[in-house]
Amino acid sequence: MSGLWVAVLVAAGGCYLLKLAGLSVPSHLLEQPRVERVAALLPVGLLAALVAVQVVATSDGGLALDARALGLLVAAGLLLLRAPFLVVVFGAALVAALVRLL
Amino acid sequence: MSEAPGADLGVPPRERRAILRDGLGVGIATGAYGVSFGAVSVAAGLSVAQTCALSLLVFTGASQFALVGVVASGGAPLAGAATALLLGTRNALYGLRLAPLLGWRGWRRVVGAQLVIDESTAMASVHDDGPRARLGFLSTGLAVFVLWNAMTLVGALAGEALGDPRTYGLDAAVGAAFLGLLWPRLDTLLARLVALGAAAVALGVVPLTPAGAPVLVAAVVPVLAGLLAPRAAVGREEPT
Repeated sequence: MSGLWVAVLVAAGGCYLLKLAGLSVPSHLLEQPRVERVAALLPVGLLAALVAVQVVATSDGGLALDARALGLLVAAGLLLLRAPFLVVVFGAALVAALVRLL
Repeated sequence: MSEAPGADLGVPPRERRAILRDGLGVGIATGAYGVSFGAVSVAAGLSVAQTCALSLLVFTGASQFALVGVVASGGAPLAGAATALLLGTRNALYGLRLAPLLGWRGWRRVVGAQLVIDESTAMASVHDDGPRARLGFLSTGLAVFVLWNAMTLVGALAGEALGDPRTYGLDAAVGAAFLGLLWPRLDTLLARLVALGAAAVALGVVPLTPAGAPVLVAAVVPVLAGLLAPRAAVGREEPT
């Protein structure tokens, strides 16, 4: 089995168990202000890190500002204009593709 | 004992229809970005089958995008899976909130758990009684499940037909997708600071660590902020 399939199945099993655990665990174990705060901030930090790495990191371990960064700027502009998710994603792709054509 | 799912007769027909309609509406809106997940996943190098398996089995959008994003940036697939799991922890918290509302045990809980996501939790939590919450949870969860998976397949097949993703800027679409998922969560000053801090840490360790690891290292920022931040900084007030 390829590494990708292993990762897909690990993520699937783990994410399902997290969902099931939430429905099954006695609530007082996890319903504490600190746990709730970490759980609320975790997606914020991870998604921000993913944005940064996705847009600025290169495959050889360096950093670069290129068409992807311009795509992200366009995405931020579209989000400010309250555009739907699909428009944001494909708008960024379109701009990056056009910049590469030039 | 809870009633059979969908057989919550305690809800008057008119209100019932409204809840079902809302669920379907959320399903259509969420399903639409299943297309972008499918296209982005194939562009990252996953097969159509792997892409569809993610939507069927992982079924929590941010985690799926994370796994695919780490793979796209050259990271180890297991680092992608670890990032997906960290993002999936919030569903456990949702489950805690939902458990008393849904009141499910046995096979209902085992099956229903897969539907615990951002959207179904939001649509169940607006009600404070069991029958309405169950109806909101199931209508939203099932609508999103069906449409998310169908649209993932559409996006994956389209992405495959397109060929080299860089030509179409699909690699830039991954960052935009993460930004779109992040945007609504930046509602407090603390959240914005955590976002900036985590992004800076991730970029700082890019030259020092293998691809995929920087995002995991950056997870220290939200964990420390959550543990150490003064209570006042967590409020929902707009700081500006």
